[in-house]
Amino acid sequence: MFTQQLLNALTLGSVYALFALGFTLVFGVLAVINLSHGAVFMVGSYAALTLVTRLHLPLGIALPAAMALSGCLGMAIDVLILKPLRARNAPHLIPMIATIGVAIMLSSAAQGIFGAEILRFPEGTIPAGEFTLGEVHVRALELSIVGISFGLMAVLFLAIRRTQLGRALRAIAESPRSASLLGINVEGLFHATSFVAAALGGVAGVLIGLNFNAITPLMGQPILHKGIAVIILGGMGDIRGALLAGLFLGFAEVMSKAYLSSQMGDAVAFGLLFLILLVRPSGLFGRVLERKA
Amino acid sequence: MEWLANFWATYSTLVYSVGVFALMALSIWLTLACGLLSLANAAFMCIGAYVSALLSLHAGWPFGATLAAAGAAPALVALVIGMPTLRLSGVYLAMATLAFGEVVRIVVLNLEVTGGPEGLNGIPQSTTGWHILAILAVVVYGLLRLQRSRVGRAFEAIREDEVAASLMGINVARHKLFAFVLGAVIAGLAGGLNAHYTFFISPREYGFENAVDILTMVVLGGIGGLAGPMLGAAIITLLPELLRSLHEFRGIVNGLILVLVVLFLPKGIWDPRRLRALFGLGPGRDPGC
Repeated sequence: MFTQQLLNALTLGSVYALFALGFTLVFGVLAVINLSHGAVFMVGSYAALTLVTRLHLPLGIALPAAMALSGCLGMAIDVLILKPLRARNAPHLIPMIATIGVAIMLSSAAQGIFGAEILRFPEGTIPAGEFTLGEVHVRALELSIVGISFGLMAVLFLAIRRTQLGRALRAIAESPRSASLLGINVEGLFHATSFVAAALGGVAGVLIGLNFNAITPLMGQPILHKGIAVIILGGMGDIRGALLAGLFLGFAEVMSKAYLSSQMGDAVAFGLLFLILLVRPSGLFGRVLERKA
Repeated sequence: MEWLANFWATYSTLVYSVGVFALMALSIWLTLACGLLSLANAAFMCIGAYVSALLSLHAGWPFGATLAAAGAAPALVALVIGMPTLRLSGVYLAMATLAFGEVVRIVVLNLEVTGGPEGLNGIPQSTTGWHILAILAVVVYGLLRLQRSRVGRAFEAIREDEVAASLMGINVARHKLFAFVLGAVIAGLAGGLNAHYTFFISPREYGFENAVDILTMVVLGGIGGLAGPMLGAAIITLLPELLRSLHEFRGIVNGLILVLVVLFLPKGIWDPRRLRALFGLGPGRDPGC
């Protein structure tokens, strides 16, 4: 029973981590709390659904396509909205409010186009295989979700640690002005970061849509709250922290639902969060990142 | 005058909402005026609404006394959580107050006495338009006086530069706490008024979305003065009604307006200098820029 819950926690936690990774990446590099990340997550999931039902594409193609689509959406938000605000040097509250406007637009567009009811993937499109390992029941779907999440996160990690691009990103996170003085194309990397972050958010949307097989226009809201919790817990802008905190939150949620009341578990999680912020404002795993530019 | 009676019968709740949310916007404006980005005010409104509703329903207190309690209870809470929390700044304070708001919402959702997810029903409808108008007038007058007082100037100094303000001998921590607690009082009053005209309250009305909505009102209207937040509250409350004919697509227009205002009116809609320039009265440019 416990190992079964552990598997559920790993599945949920890996998707939380994937979602929060994009969220924290945007905060770390662009210094913006992007509240449209939940809406992009929702768009990714509708995009995959449409590709599967209308164009009859297999999931293996629909998933990367939905990822690219949500990435483009993220980049469009950056170019059309966040860039002019950066150019004006607006205080950080302002871009956050602009992204709220975007989130409202996207979720009501989805509601207008697809309706408010719960949509599901048609039968046969979700990998149905399953096997039993000892007393644990493993679905192929869960295995692919965990595999895809960790695979994407590993790629991102390596890219940020090892490549020239990653070094440039870390330089921008320290100080955009010094980075641009060093000849780094800061604007270009802002766009690229927005693309990558939104693509990760979109994939997370598809994976959650598959896992629960339920897609609604408002599915981005609860995960946005969890994303906020994860990036606080992990330290704002901290990528490794987002991974650990995402897994931790998935674990806490599944276990509290299984062994405590389902609702008070959330209160404990947010209460813990509140306390952590008071004791360690930089998060459990984070270090204080003061932007000097 | 029959159409007026009809109009009032249909829209009085809406007009009340504009007043209550104007109070909420002013409460956040007050904390912003001291440089604090707090998302806890929706939670303070929640506490005020529930305390006053419970006192009306179970203890049979008169309306005035429940309103006083609606202001006092969140003030106490703000005093207790403010002391440790206000050491945080910027985004971290916003996140901590957001976490506090979620705790309040989830606790209310799960307590027996607050009626859980169904909320409280059958609250006496004691609030009239005059109550809201009177409290709004008192709050606006008080804030105007505050702005011009020693405390108000200290708020402004803290907002501009905390270190410089403390070097000038301003007790930064105490002023911040005062702004936070006063904001909580106004939010609690708004909650008490709200509970006593909607007949029904539930935890859903005081979540993260609502905290963000109220913040949006202030930024949309403009944080330069008291008129901005109230104008923003009126717009955000009325916009969904005005766009009703667009059906499910009204959210798109709603969001678009928000984005366009943020992009093209950096100081919010109510920007006296720009308005003066628009009507050809005096200089429109910032003298310093």
